[in-house]
Amino acid sequence: MLKEKDAARRIAQPHRVGSNLLLIVCIIYFLMPVWWLVVAATKSNSGLFMGTGGSLWFDKHFALFDNIKELSTYEGGIYWRWLLNSFLYAFVGGLGATIISVMAGYGFAKFRFAGRNAYFDIVLGALMIPTTALVIPTFILMSQIGMNDTLWAVLLPSLLSPFGTYLMRVYCTGSLPDEMLEAARVDGAGEIRTFIQVALPIMTPAITTVFLLSVVNCWNNYFLPQVVLADTKLFPITVGLTQWQAKSNAGSGSEQVWNLITSGAFISVIPLVLAFLFLQKYWVSGLTAGAVKE
Amino acid sequence: MSAKYVSAKRRRRLSKDNLWGWFFTLPFGIVFIVFLVVPLVYAFYVSLFTYTQVRGSVFTGLENYRRAFSDPIFLKGMGRVVIYTLVMVPIQLGLALILALVIDSMMTRLASASRLLFFLPYAIPVVIGALMWGFIYSKNLGPFTSIFALFGRQPPDFLSTNGIFGALVNMVTWQWTGYYMVILYSALRAIPHDLYESARLDGASELQIAVRIKTPMISSSLVMVTIFSLIGTLQFYTEPMVLRNNANSAIPPEYTPNMYAQALAFNYNQINYSATISFALGLLVVIFSVIFMRVTRKQSGLGD
Repeated sequence: MLKEKDAARRIAQPHRVGSNLLLIVCIIYFLMPVWWLVVAATKSNSGLFMGTGGSLWFDKHFALFDNIKELSTYEGGIYWRWLLNSFLYAFVGGLGATIISVMAGYGFAKFRFAGRNAYFDIVLGALMIPTTALVIPTFILMSQIGMNDTLWAVLLPSLLSPFGTYLMRVYCTGSLPDEMLEAARVDGAGEIRTFIQVALPIMTPAITTVFLLSVVNCWNNYFLPQVVLADTKLFPITVGLTQWQAKSNAGSGSEQVWNLITSGAFISVIPLVLAFLFLQKYWVSGLTAGAVKE
Repeated sequence: MSAKYVSAKRRRRLSKDNLWGWFFTLPFGIVFIVFLVVPLVYAFYVSLFTYTQVRGSVFTGLENYRRAFSDPIFLKGMGRVVIYTLVMVPIQLGLALILALVIDSMMTRLASASRLLFFLPYAIPVVIGALMWGFIYSKNLGPFTSIFALFGRQPPDFLSTNGIFGALVNMVTWQWTGYYMVILYSALRAIPHDLYESARLDGASELQIAVRIKTPMISSSLVMVTIFSLIGTLQFYTEPMVLRNNANSAIPPEYTPNMYAQALAFNYNQINYSATISFALGLLVVIFSVIFMRVTRKQSGLGD
């Protein structure tokens, strides 16, 4: 037995070199742009174009702190406002979407109510509707009721998460035993108490995943806020930075703020990158729930 | 316990299920109707009208759709995203599958580090990713000029009409491959490992195990990520929109159907026709996904 296993390992050996090489090449590919951003964030406007170390190494003039200072004063420090807006949209929108999806997933999984199957089929169908196809219709509707250019126009549509609902249903069906809920009911707990005190603690890993995915969705949001917002004070970071990019590219006459774009982009990605690195066990488990067949 | 008693209990249970089932799913239902059904129905209604300076808003029925499906700009944009889909989806998913299989078969520290690092681009917003690549592709700011200079060559012009296709394919591959890889990898981890053990004892090579056992076992996940990336690519918007600021001549404002809808609404003030384009695009995407799900029915975890 042992010998045979050894033999199997020896057969596998030649692939190792190739596999390692492939992984290393891919690490370079996926990290190169991130590294570029780290380096570019530390350069001044002129350093970006004619720095001493080339574009993949630091300039002799380390300008990160100057850039941060300039971000705080340029256009009245609107950068930090944008970052705050992004946090607000991502956190409030993500939290709302999560609460709604968790409730719905639980309802679909644990109650055989009239119309459930047709209702859930519609949810599955909605997974196929491209979210961007809704942007222009939402914009037209919002302009009818005078809600364009308010933070509600960005926040409210982000509450809708058919994928989150689907994930929560799959998770509840698989990991939340009916007997446990039944036991709580027999003990006299009402439905809401059963949900909060018995179901929610068991659903925590899936809730974390849905929350993270919803936050990322809202944080990534670009098309909708770009269309419904005109007031620069309400912009999320994504719309704000592209506006600076368009301005800097407009050429002669207009201001060029390349250093603010690179350092601003760098600072804005730090929170989410850290969250993903530290919370990896949660999103991995949640994605598994969605990927494995019911 | 009499049968009568049981059925009475069951009936009570059923009406309770009705009440609480709807209670828990109601908030979702409301959001669903207000932010999905209503905008779609309203957009369809708007698309049935045509606005002219002289006559104002006039009901024109499906005329706007007839116009859309004979509009060379819309058809060209649609053709573009279909080509992008045909090229990008296999590249992303092929690479994601290979990497997931390689990482799954290796238990080394390099493998677990790679899993995390490949996923990193997903944590970076698409807009920021597109901004970064815009810089990196540029002749003055990017690394390619000096890299190619080492070999005494000029770098290709990524932002020209000829280079833009590859430039966008690369951006999307960089951004999304890691995400799909993680989904496929999680599915691979869920396969019981004794399955390979016996194949190994029968003398199967690692490559054979990967191709003949592992890949078929995760076919439902493969179908799911294919649908995700299919839907994502057909509604291509953010990447070309952001890169357009650097590549004005290579990317016209109506490069993809979504960009066309945006341009119609904001640059040309044609709200009715813009709604038509959005609705037509949504409809086509749903049709494409349904066809794909029918074809792969058996594997799909999303279907029936």
